Amino acid sequence: MRTRTAVCCLLAAFPMVAQADVNLSGFIQQNTAFNTVEANPDGRDHKWLEERLRFQLDASQGNWRLLLKGDAAYDHLGRGGQSELREGYADYAAGNWDLRVGRQVLTWGLGDLVFVNDVFPKDHEALFAGRPLEYLKRGADAVKLGIYPQFASFELVIAPDFRESRIPDARRFHLYDPMPMVADRVTQAPGKGDAGLRIYRDIAGWDAAVYLYRGYQRTPSMRPDSMTAPTRITYFYPELSTLGASLSGRAGEGVASFEAAYYDSRQDRAGTDFTVPNSQTRLLAAYQWQPWEDFSLNLQYYAEQMHGYDAYRLSLPEGFPADKRWSHTAALRATQFFLHQTLRLSVYASRNASNGDYFINPELRYSFTDSVWGALGANVFGGQPWGQFGQLSRDDNVYLQLRYEF
Amino acid sequence: MKRMILAALLVPLSAMALTGEEAIRKSQAAFLYPGKDFKARVLMKLINQDGQERVRELMMLRKNIGEAGGEQKYFMVFFQPNDVKDMSFMTYKYPAKDDDRWMFIPAVNMVKRIAAQDKRSSFVGSDFTYEDVSGRDIEDDTHAVEREEKVGGRDCTVVKSTPKAGDADFGSKLTWVDKANFLPLKEEQFDRKGARYKEFTADEVVEVKGFPTVVRRTMKNLQTGHRTEVGYSKVDYDLGIEDSLFSERFLRQPPRKWVE
Repeated sequence: MRTRTAVCCLLAAFPMVAQADVNLSGFIQQNTAFNTVEANPDGRDHKWLEERLRFQLDASQGNWRLLLKGDAAYDHLGRGGQSELREGYADYAAGNWDLRVGRQVLTWGLGDLVFVNDVFPKDHEALFAGRPLEYLKRGADAVKLGIYPQFASFELVIAPDFRESRIPDARRFHLYDPMPMVADRVTQAPGKGDAGLRIYRDIAGWDAAVYLYRGYQRTPSMRPDSMTAPTRITYFYPELSTLGASLSGRAGEGVASFEAAYYDSRQDRAGTDFTVPNSQTRLLAAYQWQPWEDFSLNLQYYAEQMHGYDAYRLSLPEGFPADKRWSHTAALRATQFFLHQTLRLSVYASRNASNGDYFINPELRYSFTDSVWGALGANVFGGQPWGQFGQLSRDDNVYLQLRYEF
Repeated sequence: MKRMILAALLVPLSAMALTGEEAIRKSQAAFLYPGKDFKARVLMKLINQDGQERVRELMMLRKNIGEAGGEQKYFMVFFQPNDVKDMSFMTYKYPAKDDDRWMFIPAVNMVKRIAAQDKRSSFVGSDFTYEDVSGRDIEDDTHAVEREEKVGGRDCTVVKSTPKAGDADFGSKLTWVDKANFLPLKEEQFDRKGARYKEFTADEVVEVKGFPTVVRRTMKNLQTGHRTEVGYSKVDYDLGIEDSLFSERFLRQPPRKWVE
């Protein structure tokens, strides 16, 4: 209903649409992911099995532009028919400012599947279930104002309603649950929106940016009504502010990237509430280069430092797995093109040295023609049973994506 | 003796004997630097030995920052195929140092700086390399005039360019530089064993705002039989492209007036 209202508003805000320069496109897609280790918790053998139709309308006139990207899909694993407005916004561009209103995908920062300043909604289930990478991002319903004076560029994002990240479905993925016996579960949405500001400019040939965000954690925390005899678990989104910066530029034969952020956990600054993530520092260093033709390599080192660690350890109840003060992750992406860049072999691999978590995603993608491509890949997870990837160690899958674009 | 000097004075200026390096310098100026700025809609057909075709279509904008041979900025927006539609690229090209290159990926709304040290890499899968599109550093090679020869009835100076460093993936290159307008009408690249492996031809030259422009060109890989045919349309020069176009803002949202 909300989606429909948003579309109507956008159309109303765009009275010239009938005379505009209109472009229609889309795709038909089949997406299948088979389990390779174990069936889902609900007994099914697939992580994903759906047909999908995308319809995209791109219209522009003068300083205005309207973009609508909608999906209709049929899921064979119990969700049935689905529809989703992926993006739907109106743009207005003036001399040194512009405005985007509506559902839009926002990406900040420099990480590859590592998020330091990218605090916007994501779909983690899509990544783990072998869907095309664009589905990792969820649109935010927001107003984005860009201002471009000479000395720097400003991007202000205000979302009146908080939109959460999508976490894997417990019927499809073996998720770690410290209180599996409690069936009564409710979710509390923040009921307020969030806001972010990015300021960026060139400094001596380097791309520099500063990021500010005030809102909430995108993935929920869980709080039981009692630690000794819990009957109900409440999922909630703790208050969060972040302050970060990034720098990226040419170094030697490649591109070096650095990013850092301070995560201020406003609801638990002291770190004494174990249900709320503590404040953190996040650091990323990356280097990308091309050792030979059509081959590129990106190495990433990512660290998280938990603040108030002693308070966290004191508040953590007996029997709960403890995170370490420092978490160090190394990640690599290697991409090789063949056959005039119509065949692409890529591998993404990451390993957390602090808890043994790992994730490996090899993929082979081939463009059969200019309008038909297919991808064959795998998701391999491992580590401790409570780790981000370790809990998914029984959810390894092999996936196929086949798309006809029109 | 007097007669010889007189004969030399009668020869048109452009045909006076140039050194190899001068010829290549003039050729790059005529081919890659004409006008203050430039715009063209580029249609590339990638054709394999069986005649199967793939199409890459984009708008290319270029602005010179200084004189010919100096810094340039390039902006490209893709229309075809559909899986790269609305992707855009921006390059700051510097003489004698690596370029800065950025790309915008619309599906995740992300601008990414990309490594650009490998100028011999294929441009979007075609038989053209990045260097073929935006020029090879003149100082990377030694240039010597080999001979004079006609191409399609036009008098050309044939220049042999040989990489100074041993790490280039080609052994040498011959360029047929038109004596009148300095455009490269033909190029042959030889591998390190001396076998011919790539051939460039300027198939159609027209004059736009007084600048002779190669509007149809072909690059053939003679060893695989694969070739790329390129056609330019909507060619224009000296449009007054602003410096601000070459920025992250417009990489994300290319202004319609430049990409139509």
